[in-house]
Amino acid sequence: MMASIQPRKVPYFLTGPGVIFFAALLGAPMVMTLLLSLHSYDFNTGIQPDWTLANYVEVLGDSYFQKIFGRTFGLALLVTVICVLIGVPEAYVLSRLSSRWRSVFLLVVLGPLLISVVVRTLGWALFFGGNGVLTMTAQALGFGDEPVSLMFTFTGMTIALVHVLVPFMVISVWASLQKIDPQSEDAGLSLGASKMTVLRRITLPQAMPGILSGSIIVFALTASAFATPAIIGGRRMKVVATAAYDEYLSTLNWPLGATIAILLLLANIGIIVSYNKLIERRFAKVFE
Amino acid sequence: MSFLIFETLNKKFGDFVAVRDMSLSVERGEFISLLGPSGCGKTTTLQMVAGLLPPTSGRIVLDGKDITKTPPNQRGLGIVFQSYALFPHMTATDNVAFGLEMRGVGKAERTDRARGALDQVKLGQFVDRYPKDMSGGQRQRVALARALVIEPPVLLLDEPLSNLDAKLREEMRIELRLLQQDIGVTTILVTHDQEEALSMSDRIVVMQQGDVAQIAAPLDLYERPTNTFVSDFVGKTNLIQGQITGDNEVNVDGTRVSVDTLAHTHGSSVTLSIRPEKFQMSDDPSGHEVRVEAAIFLGASWLYRVKGSMGDLFVTQPNTGSAGYAKGDVAWLGWPEGALTLFKGAQ
Repeated sequence: MMASIQPRKVPYFLTGPGVIFFAALLGAPMVMTLLLSLHSYDFNTGIQPDWTLANYVEVLGDSYFQKIFGRTFGLALLVTVICVLIGVPEAYVLSRLSSRWRSVFLLVVLGPLLISVVVRTLGWALFFGGNGVLTMTAQALGFGDEPVSLMFTFTGMTIALVHVLVPFMVISVWASLQKIDPQSEDAGLSLGASKMTVLRRITLPQAMPGILSGSIIVFALTASAFATPAIIGGRRMKVVATAAYDEYLSTLNWPLGATIAILLLLANIGIIVSYNKLIERRFAKVFE
Repeated sequence: MSFLIFETLNKKFGDFVAVRDMSLSVERGEFISLLGPSGCGKTTTLQMVAGLLPPTSGRIVLDGKDITKTPPNQRGLGIVFQSYALFPHMTATDNVAFGLEMRGVGKAERTDRARGALDQVKLGQFVDRYPKDMSGGQRQRVALARALVIEPPVLLLDEPLSNLDAKLREEMRIELRLLQQDIGVTTILVTHDQEEALSMSDRIVVMQQGDVAQIAAPLDLYERPTNTFVSDFVGKTNLIQGQITGDNEVNVDGTRVSVDTLAHTHGSSVTLSIRPEKFQMSDDPSGHEVRVEAAIFLGASWLYRVKGSMGDLFVTQPNTGSAGYAKGDVAWLGWPEGALTLFKGAQ
């Protein structure tokens, strides 16, 4: 005999499993990380049972960490801009293809998502390495005998991350292009606008919500990316995520690693929330 | 020479013929409706005039100039789309001013003229609204103002009223027609709504599966359809099968009906068409005896379905204030001379 549940409680029961799942697997580790970051660390005796903000003072005050944070958000910004430049035209072309070609090219665009990030990045590593494809090509073309390597460089990281993240931009922009009334472009033409003007004044502004939400996704994923910077950037070109990893596993200074992780989270939330507010203020009155 | 001429326009999509040998001459200031069921080619025709679809063959001549190959952004025609196709990221004023901006009109002047156009369609208070904050009727008016402000030689309307509710639609018909006559702009309206076409047009082009079924003024089209498709599609009608059995006599399942048979040969099958409101229904036992099978009160009139020796018929009678016939009543139908139209062949 099944006990009947009051209708009012149904939503709680339905969302319960999800809430418990996230509380246990996401909430708890985050709270533990936060608590961990408030302890000090001694190289001889390990984590101390005290409460202090010393770790935060250290990370925020140290030019070494400042440089890593600066590099991370610079990288995130650059990757986002390049993804916009590549992804928006790509999505526009996709939306203009006949339905048969569109499904083929959607698969081409989204296909990489089916392959592990690590595998894709290792592919780039083979390509970028000192005796990789890039070097061989450069030598074959007569650019000298020096090996051309993009390993452990900012450029290399940027290229690999753009490759990993551009599909997210394409999907996001494509979704908002799908929502545009194709007749609004015809209306633009009939009112005397050239095709370029229609694209710039009619189509692009209507795709803006997709471009902006795609930017948020790409920015957030780049700022917290680990696998690609770890493989391409390595120890020489650290970003925040890899720096936190090193504190945990190489230096064993868990409290400092936790501090870095918490600061990354806060910075990410801060940037995304304020960006989102900006967008909402700009577009809420235009789009439903 | 006419203002706008279609010369044997054809449009094929693969093997499918959307428009076949369409020819039409439109006078300056005329209001023409393209009327037909969905898939009859009326929207395709409009898109060819707009330049959004190239015709497979044929020519379009506007004011003596062949515009068949002119791109849409150089035709300068005003178009109101079925979805209105307003620019959602622009205010009403910016929407209307867009066409003027493309013509290089300065900012102050185009804002002025856009507001004037919005005033003209009674949207003076809504100049700074975005489309999403407007009702369907208001959006429709913005679309109309946007099409008219550029002072186009021809205004193209693609089912502009179909997304409005019934009451608003009727008001807009009258308003649109008055505005069009006021401005004197040559207008082509695409619609599947025969009432809309009848109430607004100078002439109506009825289309059927890519062909022109008839071109006529509204009253002519209604009173003198040239084929059963038009008589059935425009207004309601009763189509009755019969055979010509003598001079001015048609046999309908044993009932003899007298009608002018001049243009038809003896013994051939014909279809009679009579509009429901042409019948006179009375208790006076003369004429065609019928039994009332259903009676529906419509306010201004009664609609009956009756059965007699000529089969099932629809009859409309004006509401005179007294009770109408009820189901099961017996009544007699008469009709004036000329109410019956004869078409060749069985339906």
